[in-house]
Amino acid sequence: MSHVKIGLEIHVQLVSLKTKLFCSCSADYRGKPPNTNVCPICMGLPGTLPVLNEKAIEEAIKVAKALSANISNISYFFRKNYFYPDLAKNFQITQYDKAGGIPFATGGYLKLSNGRKVRIRRIQLEEDPGRIYYEAGIQEARYSLIDYNRHGIALIEIVTEPDIREPREAREFLEKLSGILEELGVPVGEYEGAIRCDANISLMEGARVEVKNITGFSAVEKALSYEITRQRNLIKRGIKVERETRHWDERRRITTSLRKKEMEEDYRYFPEPDLPPLTIGKDVLERIEGIIKPIEEVVRDYVKKYGIEEVVAERIARDRRLRALFNRSVKDRPDLARHLASLLANEVPFLMKRREIELPSDTKGLLIVAEAKRDGLDRDEILRLLDNWLHGREVIYRKVAALREADLEGIVKKVIERNPKVVKDVKKNPKALNYLMGLALKEVKGVVDKKKLFDLLRKSLGL
Amino acid sequence: MKWEKLSAIRLIEELKSGSITSEEISAYFLDKIKKVDRILNSFITLNEKAVEEAKKVDKNGRKGRLAGLPIAVKDNITTKGIRTTCASRILENYIPPYDAEVISRIKREGGIIIGKTNMDEFAMGSSGENSGFGPTKNPRDLNRVPGGSSSGSAAAIAAGLAPLALGSDTGGSIRAPASFTGIVGLKPTYGAVSRFGLIAYANSLEQIGPMGKNVLDTAYLYSIIYGEDEKDSTSLPSPPLSIERISDFEAKGVKVAVLTDLVSRVDEPVKKMFERGINYISEIGAEVNEVKLEGIDLALPAYYVIACSEASSNLARYDGVRFGVDCRTNLNWRDAYKEVRKLFGKEVKVRIMLGAYTLSAGFFEEYYVKAVKVRRRIRDGLKKLLKKYDYVAIPTMPVLPWRIGEKLDDPLYVYLSDALTVPANLAGVPAISLPIGLADGLPVGIQFIADEFEEEKLFGLAKRFEEKAGELEVVDL
Ligand SMILES: [Zn+2]
Repeated sequence: MSHVKIGLEIHVQLVSLKTKLFCSCSADYRGKPPNTNVCPICMGLPGTLPVLNEKAIEEAIKVAKALSANISNISYFFRKNYFYPDLAKNFQITQYDKAGGIPFATGGYLKLSNGRKVRIRRIQLEEDPGRIYYEAGIQEARYSLIDYNRHGIALIEIVTEPDIREPREAREFLEKLSGILEELGVPVGEYEGAIRCDANISLMEGARVEVKNITGFSAVEKALSYEITRQRNLIKRGIKVERETRHWDERRRITTSLRKKEMEEDYRYFPEPDLPPLTIGKDVLERIEGIIKPIEEVVRDYVKKYGIEEVVAERIARDRRLRALFNRSVKDRPDLARHLASLLANEVPFLMKRREIELPSDTKGLLIVAEAKRDGLDRDEILRLLDNWLHGREVIYRKVAALREADLEGIVKKVIERNPKVVKDVKKNPKALNYLMGLALKEVKGVVDKKKLFDLLRKSLGL
Repeated sequence: MKWEKLSAIRLIEELKSGSITSEEISAYFLDKIKKVDRILNSFITLNEKAVEEAKKVDKNGRKGRLAGLPIAVKDNITTKGIRTTCASRILENYIPPYDAEVISRIKREGGIIIGKTNMDEFAMGSSGENSGFGPTKNPRDLNRVPGGSSSGSAAAIAAGLAPLALGSDTGGSIRAPASFTGIVGLKPTYGAVSRFGLIAYANSLEQIGPMGKNVLDTAYLYSIIYGEDEKDSTSLPSPPLSIERISDFEAKGVKVAVLTDLVSRVDEPVKKMFERGINYISEIGAEVNEVKLEGIDLALPAYYVIACSEASSNLARYDGVRFGVDCRTNLNWRDAYKEVRKLFGKEVKVRIMLGAYTLSAGFFEEYYVKAVKVRRRIRDGLKKLLKKYDYVAIPTMPVLPWRIGEKLDDPLYVYLSDALTVPANLAGVPAISLPIGLADGLPVGIQFIADEFEEEKLFGLAKRFEEKAGELEVVDL
């Protein structure tokens, strides 16, 4: 798969917002009767003016930060002019990186599992168009119906550099991005059409082909694989790949030509005169920084501050809910940081995978389990206590019964002293060791790490 | 009683005192419009419910600073439940579901919207001839144009069909007709008046403004409509305006800059009248300075590039899907658009084409970007001048009102007539036009320009000037 360059253009609905980007209509447009979630502003009625939703800026800052992008302290809104019935004004309010425009954020990256970084070119804010319905399908319909309920929903567009090398990576990128968004409280995966993607692909430095209308992460992989094969075959037959826009036909699983380069629309971009430049104050940035830091930075902090292993730190940092729990519980007991981290990174996900359960918000029970872990309670017992915590049951762990290393040594010593005959036998007869272990366990009142006790016993016997 | 002879402020006093009711006065003006407007064509739509609304205001004791006074509104300002056409056939049947912010403010003060006035279609024009509902005539000479684009509002005031009116000014659309019909009109500072509900022609240039028979009436209406509005992100807070301070304004010693190179190029009768105006300025004690402003020649082309660029985008929504004729045709959507957009008048089509061209790839840098640079230069130049001088004074229009139809084949002549009004729009500063007097029986206006948010100062000087020059009587038609 050498010489393949793929870039993505991803549209993400800021599903965490209550209202649309430029008016106060509800952002929750799904499932409503057509054209009921609208107002004069998002319907583009003559004389109306857009007013920017401040919350959308905060959400966009979070996303940009999580992708380590540079947020522009000043950016502009532009009009993208084109005639299409799903656009109430026949222009879209968006941002632009040419013609003197500055997008909301630039730069940044997302790391793939193979360690390669996919660079982000720009992140910008824009409004979603409405939707067109063809009752009998696009070919047969004699008319089209337009629903403006979605019109004006806040979108962020994320454009990557052509750093992706395989269709599989494109899919991974989208899955990772979707995970990050979910951690930020923008659960795009829960809403149909909340994350949409166009892909640019070129082979062997050839012409760039844009593939539109891809919905779903596996569709991206399929569409790109198809497109690579198609272009490869053209090249093999000595035909030049043309620069064009193609349409992914999900049903037939092929791409079809939409328009050639010379038919590309001239969008006549120019600055939106109804909106002043968007300035991001330091105060806003700092406030949001308190909420969100790039994952890498969080990981670094955990490693440095608590001496947690990097793999463990990353596992917690990547999951918004785990991270929140960790931060809240470690605040009270920094001495338990490593045990808390280990629980949250290993045992908790293990238990949650087995059963469909929600993470509790209570940290008291979790801290008790962490103490037990510190005391060396064996894994089965830890899992039992954690399970209680996960199900909201009381976590009871009698600390008095917890045996420290010194206590264990005392027990072992006692057992050896009282059973000299068996001890003599131990080298020849393996059963003798089990017998001694049984005696030692009887001495234990409460809970003990069996393995530890066994190891200690063997060691004391010189085995 | 001929109520139209009284000033708006006086009428409000009468309303407050109870010597007349809002119902009576609304019915009186409606009646007069119905009689006279067959000749003048200054209104497109009358408010059928005006008298009913007036009755309500009467019943509530004629509260508010307008106390039931009727007001005419340019037909590009959105009025809930009253057809708003922009003088375009494409919006012939458009009834807005909401009020413009200025309309809400007027209603809150007890004002009655009496009707919607004629204009150049989508405010594109300087004569009032480009209306989809026929041209408005100049009450001072019915063969001549009243100036545009707020042609109907100006003509209605001059003919005594309304005591006060709202216009809008993108490149002179309040001041030009004010000058041609011999009334007073203010183009406020950009951002001083909410544009929410003003149907856009060129968003970055235009403002809604007041029009009246005299300076104080105009200032009074301004005091009701100005002020920041959260629905308009480009609006800004203004310092409070006081009618008393305007009345007591001291003109002695204020510095007025006259832009000589602009004045030298106006038509002879206008020049003569303007010289008389300069004398009035001296007589009220102001200091007159002759000044040159570099680069002011570029204002007109820069204005047309910016205005048409924005217009081409603003008017894209009138495509027949929701505005215009019934979109259910057998044509595909591109052809359907073409069909519907035939409803635009010629001037509108010209400006859409111009704007689409100046924004298109390859020409954007050459036209739009350059025009924006020129705009910044003119703004800087004018602002610098206004640091040194209190006011700039120039004629409002370089020519006298021409005969209706006379210049239809000479669009450049009409475009050039905006040369003296567009600088204030490009710079975003306020400008007022008021009559100097009559030349050959036709009104000639003077224009004062001040720095941003200095409307009070502008009205003050205009008030003193008006006392010298005199108000022009309303025309009895
Ligand atoms: Zn809305």
